Amino acid sequence: MTKPISQTPSGSQAERVRQSLKRRYRKEMRFRAYGIAAIAVALFALVVLFADIIGKGYTGFLKTTVTLEVTFDSELMYLDDPTDAVALRNADYLAPLMAALKRQLPEVSGRQQERALKGLLSSYAASDLRDAVEADPSVMGTTRKMTFLASDDVDVFVKHRGDTSYSIKLSEQQQQWTLSLLERSVIETSFNDVFFSHGDSREPGNAGVLGAMVGSLLTMMVTLFLSFPIGVAAAIYLEEFAPQNRFTDFIEVNINNLAAVPSIIFGLLGLAIFINLFGMPRSVPVVGGLVLMLMTLPTIIISSRAAIKSVPPSIREAAEGIGASKMQVVLHHVLPLALPGMLTGSIIGMAQALGETAPLLLIGMVAFIVDVPSGFFDSATVLPVQIFLWAGSPELGFIERASAAIMVLLAFLISMNALAIWLRKRLERRW
Amino acid sequence: MQPANLFPLIVVLVAIAFALGYARSRALAAPLGGIRNLKSLPFYYAARAAMWCGLPALVVLACWLGFEGKVIQTLVVGGLPPELQPDSAGKASLVLSQISNVASGALSADFVPPAVAEAATRLTELRQSSQLLMTLLVVAIAVLGGFLAWLRIAPHINAREKFETTLRRIFFACAAVAILTTVGIVFSVIFETIRFFGKVPITEFLFGSSWSPQTAIRADQVGAEGAFGMIPLFVGTLLISVIAMVVAVPVGLLSAIYLSEYASKRMRGIVKPLLEMLAGVPTVVYGFFAALTVAPFISDLAKVLGLEASAESALAAGLVMGIMIIPFVSSLSDDVINAVPQSLRDGSLALGATQSETMKKVIFPAALPGIMGGILLAVSRAIGETMIVVMAAGLAANLTANPLDAVTTVTVQIVTLLVGDQEFDSAKTLAAFALGMMLFIVTLALNIIALHVVRKYREQYD
Repeated sequence: MTKPISQTPSGSQAERVRQSLKRRYRKEMRFRAYGIAAIAVALFALVVLFADIIGKGYTGFLKTTVTLEVTFDSELMYLDDPTDAVALRNADYLAPLMAALKRQLPEVSGRQQERALKGLLSSYAASDLRDAVEADPSVMGTTRKMTFLASDDVDVFVKHRGDTSYSIKLSEQQQQWTLSLLERSVIETSFNDVFFSHGDSREPGNAGVLGAMVGSLLTMMVTLFLSFPIGVAAAIYLEEFAPQNRFTDFIEVNINNLAAVPSIIFGLLGLAIFINLFGMPRSVPVVGGLVLMLMTLPTIIISSRAAIKSVPPSIREAAEGIGASKMQVVLHHVLPLALPGMLTGSIIGMAQALGETAPLLLIGMVAFIVDVPSGFFDSATVLPVQIFLWAGSPELGFIERASAAIMVLLAFLISMNALAIWLRKRLERRW
Repeated sequence: MQPANLFPLIVVLVAIAFALGYARSRALAAPLGGIRNLKSLPFYYAARAAMWCGLPALVVLACWLGFEGKVIQTLVVGGLPPELQPDSAGKASLVLSQISNVASGALSADFVPPAVAEAATRLTELRQSSQLLMTLLVVAIAVLGGFLAWLRIAPHINAREKFETTLRRIFFACAAVAILTTVGIVFSVIFETIRFFGKVPITEFLFGSSWSPQTAIRADQVGAEGAFGMIPLFVGTLLISVIAMVVAVPVGLLSAIYLSEYASKRMRGIVKPLLEMLAGVPTVVYGFFAALTVAPFISDLAKVLGLEASAESALAAGLVMGIMIIPFVSSLSDDVINAVPQSLRDGSLALGATQSETMKKVIFPAALPGIMGGILLAVSRAIGETMIVVMAAGLAANLTANPLDAVTTVTVQIVTLLVGDQEFDSAKTLAAFALGMMLFIVTLALNIIALHVVRKYREQYD
């Protein structure tokens, strides 16, 4: 505490300051510590977020397979003529699979155990077998080594064996079988190519992100082809041609407000205008792209205007000086110089649009779609919506695929942002 | 032809129009003694021809694609026999989806009345003829437009001026898209909202304290009434936003202060991009994190502490939303703090104040209006945020201030009411639009106030 002035006769002011210094420096240090703590909290959150996603999802990039020697026995399969479509449809594909599995595990006997054994294989194994026969009828009567997906319970068990925190659905016996097959390399884990070559599925093992990735790509193409030209044109108008009047002000207020309107409102707009008023189909990339275009437009306009503003007036004056019209000044001189900045802004806007989910939910892009979309008017879903769908599923296999899909999405976003930064560094000119 | 193929065709036609226009203008110039006798450069004559070729065709194509679906639907439904004519919007959409399922082969024609099967064939026919008609029309317009413009190429016409005027108008139209979007938003919510208030009184919506959106299937059903009071939603939204701001404001503000006043250039260069990474993470990822990691953690922690927490607590959603908003608050405050003139800083330091005293007593008060504006913008973000709350907050409309309880928000309800099949007449669906309208009004008001505050403050020092 400082003493009253009257009690310190000489050098009172300096003394007082000196006495308070220690306290003030302590305060200073405390304040700095708060700042560092705040940064630490933010960075800690970032690290936890990424560690959590990677920890949950790296297993999504692995698949568990069972490799079996399958004998295509026509008697066992009740299939005499593999070229006959009806016979092909009615044949028993499970029998040769079970026979092959039993050869690996000779101790299995009885109906109940057989059913438990069946639980090791994915339910798609039988249809894989049928596809093999259909593709090449000459396999009948031969023995082939084939690789099938393991069932999802086996998949989870193999990936997290030794970790008791996961609820394992396999019975004790199935676990033993799995372990013994693992030892003999009949069951193996390898890179999950299914994840990158398939659309969605009811079974995690057969589900992939290809459909969602193509859907995202189609949607982004619509968004980019509409929002970049419109955004740049709007920015040029507002910066170069717009007269100073109420109407121009109104446009500017609109743009600034739209930039801060919650994205879900754009979903309502898409639902009411594009789908209900115009009767456009639901869950197609065109409608998704249109909605995201309206959403990213303000971002692109704002950054394009900043880019145009940064072109120095001397360039304009020089062009005007040699007789260029206003439009020629803009198109021949200002625009090429502002383009890198505009591109950077647009890439960042696109990255936002790529990660956007809420408006797409409202225009029906949440449908369960197995096929990979092939056109702008095909039903499709996009990566973030796929993540949302999988994250809401109770199965562990889908949760880990959601995490893996998040990593794919983040990889796209990070590379887009890196591209934007690189472009800015590479092409931007300082005047 | 598919519209996706039609577009490249138009591009080709435009290129041809350009080439022909270029050739004609040069040919016209040759007898006069070279292109210097033309009023404009050949490029502008050619560009004008290309514009005439492409623009009308594209406009027609866009209109056609926009209205095609609705017109065909009306024609198909109109062609149904009177006993099958739908008498409500809900039935109409049912009949339509049946027809289109038959047409696409998803539903066998044997399972539906013959009239519906007939309508399905009609639908397929109409679609085909519509596509054919569209292709013909668009190509005809493109060719005709290009030809007319080509004919009108003459040395005395100032093509450049005309080209530039048209271009300027196109630019203007693009800028006007922003206004159209706002108008579109207002119109898309306002009509449904008015219809909603026809079914549910506005006072009940604004002041009712219970929310359970149901529409009765039978009149004597339990809870047939359905309650549309938005107070619980509003309180839930507010609760989550407050939690988010409690996290984001101190962390964002303090890190912005540290980075702008204390950090070395190198540290700034590393930490700032890392903070911005938090802003670039999609909201669905935060939702995933909140729902599958933070929420279970909080409910476990509460159990250890002897508290009762629901599996979908407001706290989890709020905390994660706070993390999401940190970079937003920090970059806005950073801008504002940097905008405070250096002379204020120098003056304070010269008087012997420490850096933290300068910060707290000089810079912070000067920057306060701007920071408040930034915080308001962040609040409007928190209110409008959807994915985190959809995934991590619940659906139960509890009127509570306990952060460990499950609450629901306006955006969650909009999504739940509108995702999946809906009929367009029920109060349930219309309620989503009314909620959307409230959300739009609230965020708009916050944004306008915030932008006003920020701008007013900036002008002080510029």
